[in-house]
Amino acid sequence: MATPKPRVKVPKKASAGDIIEIKTLISHEMESGQRKDKEGKAIPRKIINKFTCTFNGAEVFSCDIEPAIAANPYFEFNAKVTENGTFRFEWIDDDGSVYDTEETITVS
Amino acid sequence: MQVSRRNLLSLSAGAAVLSLVGGRLAPAGATPAAAGEAVMAFTGGTEPQTGRITLTAPEIAENGNTVPISVNVDSPMTDADYVQSVTILAEGNPNPEVATLHFTPMSGVAVATTRIRLAETQNVIAVARMSDGSVYMDKKEVKVTIGGCGG
Repeated sequence: MATPKPRVKVPKKASAGDIIEIKTLISHEMESGQRKDKEGKAIPRKIINKFTCTFNGAEVFSCDIEPAIAANPYFEFNAKVTENGTFRFEWIDDDGSVYDTEETITVS
Repeated sequence: MQVSRRNLLSLSAGAAVLSLVGGRLAPAGATPAAAGEAVMAFTGGTEPQTGRITLTAPEIAENGNTVPISVNVDSPMTDADYVQSVTILAEGNPNPEVATLHFTPMSGVAVATTRIRLAETQNVIAVARMSDGSVYMDKKEVKVTIGGCGG
């Protein structure tokens, strides 16, 4: 499978004190470890096991993920913004890979 | 106690429900008991109260591979009083654990949406732990037409 591609939706602008909505999705097969191949052998588990969102270095939201999260993990959550800054998103794979992306927001 | 007709009826109905539940439990990996243990592991042994947390899930999910669910916890989300974590469990999956969401006062509100896998018709449970240590639970049954954990 191709390298997982993160996609996030963050408003470009907000007023100080606003609670904004953030949508994130990363392409990933989330192999649960429960499936078997044609020979009846178990396909090893390979999932994203952790997702974190920080704003200017401080944690906003994070999630410990089990195989029961659907393929292409999707998370929608909120953040209260008081200043200009950068949201950083990180997904950690079972194999240790880290996929990340950033979005900036202007707060007036 | 005098056995009235009504008593007798409710007794036999109860027995029927019991045998039905027993029959359904046998094949699956996880059980409501395992989910109950996972709840206690999350709360540190505190019995969850009802209220404050709302779990939104479809009544019927045609495809168990991707079932949208949302949690919404009533909290001011201030530094002194906020929702720390919400764990999501599925009673009938091979493992009951689905995900644990961690909020901070910077989350603004304790609301989140994701998509989960359900192996069969079962209860989905969401348990919230507040910063003061209190815990709240909500539960929804989701009927699954095509299971999401096999293959």
